[in-house]
Amino acid sequence: MSILGNRVLRKEDPRFLRGEASYVENLPLEGALTVTFVRSLLAHARIVSIDTTAVTALPNVQVLTGADVDAGPTGPPPIPVLEQRMTRPLVAKDVVRFVGDIVAVVLSPDRATGADAAELVSVEYDALPVVVDPQEAAKDEVLLFPEIGTNVAGRAGSPEHDEQLFEGCDVVVSETLVSQRMAACPLEVRSAAAELGSDGRVTVWLSTQVPHRDQLGISGTLGTDPGQLRVIAPDVGGGFGAKSAFNAEEALIVWLARHLGTPVRWTETRSESMIALPHGRGQRLELTLGGTQDGTVLAYRIDILQDAGAYPGLGAFLPNLTGLLASGVYAIPRIEVDGLSVVTNTTPMTTFRGAGRPEASQAIERMLDLFAAEIDMDPVEVRRKNFIPKDAFPYKTASGATYDSADYEGALALALRSAGYDELRAEQRRRREEGGTRQLGIGLSSYTEITNPLGETEFGEVEITPDGGAIVHTGSFSHGQGHETTFAMIASERLGLPVERITVVKGDTDDVAKGTGTFGSKSTQIGGMAARGAADTVVERAKELVADYLEASAADVVLDAALGRFHVVGTPEPALSWSELAGRAAADERLAELKAEHEFGAPPTFPFGVHVAVVEVDVETGQVELQRLVAVDDAGTLINPLIAEGQVHGGVAIGVAQALYEDFVYDDDGTPLTSTFVGYAFPSAADLPSWEAIEMETPTPANELGVKGIGESGTIGATPAVHSAVLDALVPYGVRHVDLPCNGENVWRALQEAKA
Amino acid sequence: MTGITLTVNGSRAEADVEPRQLLVYFLREQLGLKGTNVGCDTSSCGACTVLLDGESVKSCTVFAVQADGSEVTTIEGLALDGELHPVQQAFHEQHGLQCGYCTPGFVMATVSLLNENPDPSEEEIRHGLEGNLCRCTGYHNIVRAVQAAARAGS
Repeated sequence: MSILGNRVLRKEDPRFLRGEASYVENLPLEGALTVTFVRSLLAHARIVSIDTTAVTALPNVQVLTGADVDAGPTGPPPIPVLEQRMTRPLVAKDVVRFVGDIVAVVLSPDRATGADAAELVSVEYDALPVVVDPQEAAKDEVLLFPEIGTNVAGRAGSPEHDEQLFEGCDVVVSETLVSQRMAACPLEVRSAAAELGSDGRVTVWLSTQVPHRDQLGISGTLGTDPGQLRVIAPDVGGGFGAKSAFNAEEALIVWLARHLGTPVRWTETRSESMIALPHGRGQRLELTLGGTQDGTVLAYRIDILQDAGAYPGLGAFLPNLTGLLASGVYAIPRIEVDGLSVVTNTTPMTTFRGAGRPEASQAIERMLDLFAAEIDMDPVEVRRKNFIPKDAFPYKTASGATYDSADYEGALALALRSAGYDELRAEQRRRREEGGTRQLGIGLSSYTEITNPLGETEFGEVEITPDGGAIVHTGSFSHGQGHETTFAMIASERLGLPVERITVVKGDTDDVAKGTGTFGSKSTQIGGMAARGAADTVVERAKELVADYLEASAADVVLDAALGRFHVVGTPEPALSWSELAGRAAADERLAELKAEHEFGAPPTFPFGVHVAVVEVDVETGQVELQRLVAVDDAGTLINPLIAEGQVHGGVAIGVAQALYEDFVYDDDGTPLTSTFVGYAFPSAADLPSWEAIEMETPTPANELGVKGIGESGTIGATPAVHSAVLDALVPYGVRHVDLPCNGENVWRALQEAKA
Repeated sequence: MTGITLTVNGSRAEADVEPRQLLVYFLREQLGLKGTNVGCDTSSCGACTVLLDGESVKSCTVFAVQADGSEVTTIEGLALDGELHPVQQAFHEQHGLQCGYCTPGFVMATVSLLNENPDPSEEEIRHGLEGNLCRCTGYHNIVRAVQAAARAGS
């Protein structure tokens, strides 16, 4: 029986449970100087002068300013739709553009001295006008880069309007939705340490999702040969997309190690991370949807205004993904997308769990609900009527995506049955008739998303060890996703070796020839497949070796995967186990033959699902309590349902956090108001219920395992379901709109406005 | 500098510390016990939770000098003769960890919670662990792990 599909406990757990993990901050690195960044307290200002005399007077402390750093700047990702001239100096030289921009670098023997010294750096600023609101930024009145003449950092779709788009529509509904700015909040903040070796190469340890990409990117920024930089990502305490691109800090750590010739290390504080680690979401969506009285959707227009923060990064590109997924799970004949990204005097924006797809899902699901309300149809019926049918795949949407496989109707039926939809509606009616203060709301979302969105290729290598175990080298990376178990299972199934005998190696650019890292929920579908392909080649090579030893033809040698033994077909004895084979090969210096590389590339896949949320809203106080969240998530074939379910749980929690709690807020001066874990509403266990995660498996044809990605789907499905549930509870009170997050204040305000 | 003497994971430790030195940095940097993580700077996340005289504390809210004369247990001191503590085992079996960064804190907080209340309801577990934050698991399997550990202990 195959190991695939079993709930195998994680191989990586013990070191975390025993407190033996290898996070960057735990690295000994003797003699390393501690780096402390002095950051701007103003959102937009000209630097008049920097006085460091009080610091240079301290023993064993150095300080550098922008004038001392002859490397950089960093630029936006090299994507043509992004404004490449909006670059970020590694240390600000003339102008600061957000609270958190780096103005000086302090080097000290320890953390406490560094913190004290940083306080003594005195910066004189000349304040400039600040623009925080993307709508204001789009007016190009206050410019972050006056020499460029605009705040526009990127575009998606087309600004051209088709005047006939809504022709034939009896019903047209419009809404503006803001998918608010969020902080990713990995529990491990960023950390970096670097050391110049005697061979002139720098080794940098990074808390990152993408070691190989960082090797190329940092080398490019510093103008050095990538071969002169070794990146090691040890254990990483979460990333959630925010660690999928290096920033000025990581490049500076590498530069400092080379420049000073002394090892350096830096770990940001949480308050620093909240303003310096790029944020996510931050889209304003102007939406119009049209259809007919019978519930058929005919046309949809989505105008996206993306807040790119002070320096455009991956975030500025995301309207392209939102636009691509605009159609959701519905067959909508006509779709128009217009996306604009603008810079503002705020923390730069990047990918955050979902990255452009949650916004697409929040938008279309809200519009389906509004359309249903307008024609007085049950939101379930409207969805059924417009689903792309099960037999229509592959299906190309009007927004340009080609979906691989899905069964939306099946997922909806399963979710409704699991939730007890009819009973919930009956309970809602009962409560409405009673007229109490605690009203029930039921919301649903049916979503799709895109995983391996860039259609990338991943690298894998498998080698047999002298004792007959195996090592899988993967270019993918794991910062909580459980690759050490999942990839071992995939290799185990091909090699016929138990999972315990297979070690997964990742995260070191010297140990793994190449890689793309982990983002966009792509690991298993390309990284897992690459490991599988490499394992298959190793088996073929092993057969040749066995053929030599058993004096047979390689074509006649078979692997009994259940026993991990090779023998001639039809003749179980003589046989060679992996350890016997490896032992003989090692003795004959032929072990290197039992090693193979494989690269696997494939187009994106499109997981999907249906979430049902049940909330209780106190219509006097606005307080919302999420009572249930039923999540049907289909990411194709599951390799390890235990791990997949864990991904759904965590994803759902972040989706709910956006729906009910989190919001990263600035005042008009660009001062962040939620820059600590006290001010930012990161939910605890007491704020959330248990989740009802339900498996469904519709394999993709994109790879032989049939797997899609599961890392982000929970987030994408949950937010619109909970938002919809809150609004559903408020229907009798005349409320049509509540801003995200639906916290007590926003719900209470909506109720007051509806009364007035 | 102030001299302190305390017992950490059963061993006596003597050290001179700055009065402003937090217990967590004393454990990590002076004693080299790096299993206790730091996740914030506002005593919000609980990643640094340890047992101080048997009760859970956030070791970022305690000065090292305040621990003078006390007994401290960190995550490194929990396993007995190499065998995982029942709480650690339950987190493993229930998939109560992903990136693992919050895990030492959650495990220590759970040990303390179950000492005080060996048979907590789900609500008591959720409120009992309110001071610890996890970004990966959505708490679902952490709650299951605490329930499993409670069953194992009864």
